[in-house]
Amino acid sequence: METMETMETMETPLAQVRGLGSAREGAHHWWTERLTSVSTLLLFIWFAVSLLRLPGLDYRTVNEWLQGPLAAVPMLLLIVSTFWHLKLGMQVVIEDYVHEEGSKFLSILLLNFATVAGAAFALFAVLKIALGGGPHA
Amino acid sequence: MNRNPSRPLSPHLSIWRWGPHMLVSILHRVTGVGLATLGAVALIWWLMAAASGPDSYATFLHWATGWFGILVGIGLSWAFFQHMLSGLRHFVMDIGAGYELSRNKFWANMTLVGSVLLTALLWAWILWGMRG
Repeated sequence: METMETMETMETPLAQVRGLGSAREGAHHWWTERLTSVSTLLLFIWFAVSLLRLPGLDYRTVNEWLQGPLAAVPMLLLIVSTFWHLKLGMQVVIEDYVHEEGSKFLSILLLNFATVAGAAFALFAVLKIALGGGPHA
Repeated sequence: MNRNPSRPLSPHLSIWRWGPHMLVSILHRVTGVGLATLGAVALIWWLMAAASGPDSYATFLHWATGWFGILVGIGLSWAFFQHMLSGLRHFVMDIGAGYELSRNKFWANMTLVGSVLLTALLWAWILWGMRG
């Protein structure tokens, strides 16, 4: 590594480190990963208990269940929490194993797109059931 | 070479023995990636099928209750329990506890035993319910 003393550059020290990620951001990522792991765990316990208590998992039962606010709202939270958590976790895996800068950038870009798109589909489905007014047929 | 024995050695990165803590560590990643991909797709599919109507839901149920779906379901539930238990172990280690060699090894092993046990319990419950 060349140091500032030996390297002739027009760039300021700040300009040289910009875009390489900052301090604090890593701690925030770590903390949010922990926070979403707790919320995801609590919501999945609710989810598992709710499913096991349902008389069945047929179309009508699931639809009627998801129409109630006490099922739809936790389900929406579960989707946000889960997709947020998996995005943070997958990002760490990518950062650890994809070393080439271009592929890493592209992988994280795709991860962000896929996570938001996946969560949007899941949220839409729950909202459609909850606000749609009853199962079809 | 002369060495002062009271000073610590630098870590010998090439000298190590396989242990349960290593297995649990890599399993946390593997199960996390599995849940994030296959698990997320399964969740989206289930919700979209339920929102799209009885025909879509019937297609989902056909796959989910077939042998392939049950195999994936068993795999995903094991991955969930393994990831959950090693995640809880991470919380303990995050506060700086559980690093003593024997205790660390014990709880690493317990996540492996626990995930298999919880998976067995869950599927015993589900398959027993499907019969009745």
